[in-house]
Amino acid sequence: MDGSAVITDPKTASAALLPLGQRPRLLEMSAVDKIFNGDVVALRGMSLSVHQGDFISLLGPSGCGKSTALRLIAGLMRPTSGAIRWEGGQQKGDLGVVFQEPTLMPWATVAQNVWLPFRLRGRSFSSVRDDVLWALKLVGLEKFQTAYPRELSGGMKMRASIARALVTQPRLILMDEPFAALDEITRHRLNNDLLELRDKLNCTVIFVTHSVFESVFLSDRIVVMAARPGRVSRELTVDAPYPRGEVFRTSAAYAELCRAASDALHGAMNEHGERDRA
Amino acid sequence: MSVSEMSHVIDQEELAIARAERFERIGKWALPAIVLIAVLVLWDRVVVWNGIPHYILPGPGLVLQTLIEDWATLFDSLMVTLKITLMALGVAVVGGVGLAVLFTQSRFVEMSFYPFAVILQVTPVVSIAPLIFIYVDSKLTALLLCAWLVAFFPILSNTTLGLNSTDHNLRDLYRIYGATRWQRLRFLQLPAALPYFLGGLRIAGGLSLIGAVVAEYVAGTGGIGSGLAFRILEAGYRLNIPRMFAALLLIAATGVLIFAATSLLSHLLLRKWHESAIKKEG
Ligand SMILES: Nc1ncnc2c1ncn2[C@@H]1O[C@H](COP(=O)(O)OP(=O)(O)OP(=O)(O)O)[C@@H](O)[C@H]1O
Ligand SMILES: [Mg+2]
Repeated sequence: MDGSAVITDPKTASAALLPLGQRPRLLEMSAVDKIFNGDVVALRGMSLSVHQGDFISLLGPSGCGKSTALRLIAGLMRPTSGAIRWEGGQQKGDLGVVFQEPTLMPWATVAQNVWLPFRLRGRSFSSVRDDVLWALKLVGLEKFQTAYPRELSGGMKMRASIARALVTQPRLILMDEPFAALDEITRHRLNNDLLELRDKLNCTVIFVTHSVFESVFLSDRIVVMAARPGRVSRELTVDAPYPRGEVFRTSAAYAELCRAASDALHGAMNEHGERDRA
Repeated sequence: MSVSEMSHVIDQEELAIARAERFERIGKWALPAIVLIAVLVLWDRVVVWNGIPHYILPGPGLVLQTLIEDWATLFDSLMVTLKITLMALGVAVVGGVGLAVLFTQSRFVEMSFYPFAVILQVTPVVSIAPLIFIYVDSKLTALLLCAWLVAFFPILSNTTLGLNSTDHNLRDLYRIYGATRWQRLRFLQLPAALPYFLGGLRIAGGLSLIGAVVAEYVAGTGGIGSGLAFRILEAGYRLNIPRMFAALLLIAATGVLIFAATSLLSHLLLRKWHESAIKKEG
């Protein structure tokens, strides 16, 4: 019943990240179509398998269906056709979500906001106080438990939002352009911190972004999508080892990968879809 | 070194801003007080210089004197009017919020009943009140019903708006976490509706007083006959104009008091998190 009980506790050390290709499967999206209003084809034949420990970036032009794919995985809507299957079935608490906006409840303190996923499962604050503190510590907000969201900077709000997504130790974390609205420096720092978290927790992440650099720096798999209709155009593997930091950011390999990802993105943007000929 | 020097430099613009702020702070209270005193003095002089008899226009001094002399009677009436006003406001809050919650929980109920709530609202209460007094035996109930009819709508419409204006990402988040209807209402919609509700409450407070007074007028001297509006009617028949003014003064003061109380409540409940309650910075 309780998702967090099933997973090994990452607060104590977690198993080392397996190399790509050896990771157990977590979720399978097969030949998914999503058609809005009978004629807006947001996704056509999208397939994606997600493995435990993957950090996948969905990279693509505006309107290629990245958010739609996330919403389908989150169960907020159903595919028009095709299927999304969780390994071992989906349970409450399997998902953590971070949106582009921090999406905090303004009337609740930071700690109360982070408590929310537990609260909705009927857990009292005192019974999960340790988990809430743990999550806040992970994102460096332990001193701001009693602050209200309006007292925080944009970056700190986003950290609180990430803490809320992590607090139940979900099997999969979905992030839809979480840092797009932040300034460059904050974004840079949050990218570093996100990777640090990922090294600690070995969590599985699907991360939507417009930024080639962000996708290369963060992920081990980059899924490049094309628009009209939305579909997977190419997949790139970033085999640079974690932990990654400034050394990786300034390396020749990084520059090379960015160029490759950029080419793939441009390729995807010039690919002609079935409705694009006019 | 240069920093400490800099801090002694007087910035003309900052000084001007500080002056403007001081003027705001003092003027907010002082200016209305000056106007009030000026009007009272003028009123008094007009009455004295023109020798206007007190059964046409009493001076402010006489009104005050009447207020003190008739305090026992007027205070009892004030309590009656206040009781009806507050009870109506209470029923309006319960009814307005209850209906709003019902409307957001069931689209079916909302579509069925919302138009009638609007019809009730746009029909002037003076025109319904006589009917209410015919069909409802208890005068108190009838008065309450009138006051409620005027007061509940702003609470209903504001609360409905608030319950429906939750952030769509938060709604999605609640769905993803498998929140029940009740959890969504309790943890998301009600807190989000609070500022809207409080805005409605401020309007409804004034309206329930209006409703109570209008209903008393309609009930007339044959009513339970002791509210402030009844005193005004009664004093009018007897050409006791000073008492009419004294009663009017009490009604106005009641209105101001209700407004101040609801504003204070709103400030206390929202000051931690809502933009409306946060003082401008800088
Ligand atoms: N609820 C909806 N109803 C109708 N059309 C929709 C709906 N949601 C998305 N679409 C359409 O589906 C397509 C894909 O939208 P989606 O939001 O998934 O793109 P995206 O890749 O996330 O774009 P962006 O980078 O701008 O966020 C777009 O053409 C959009 O207009
Ligand atoms: Mg999007």
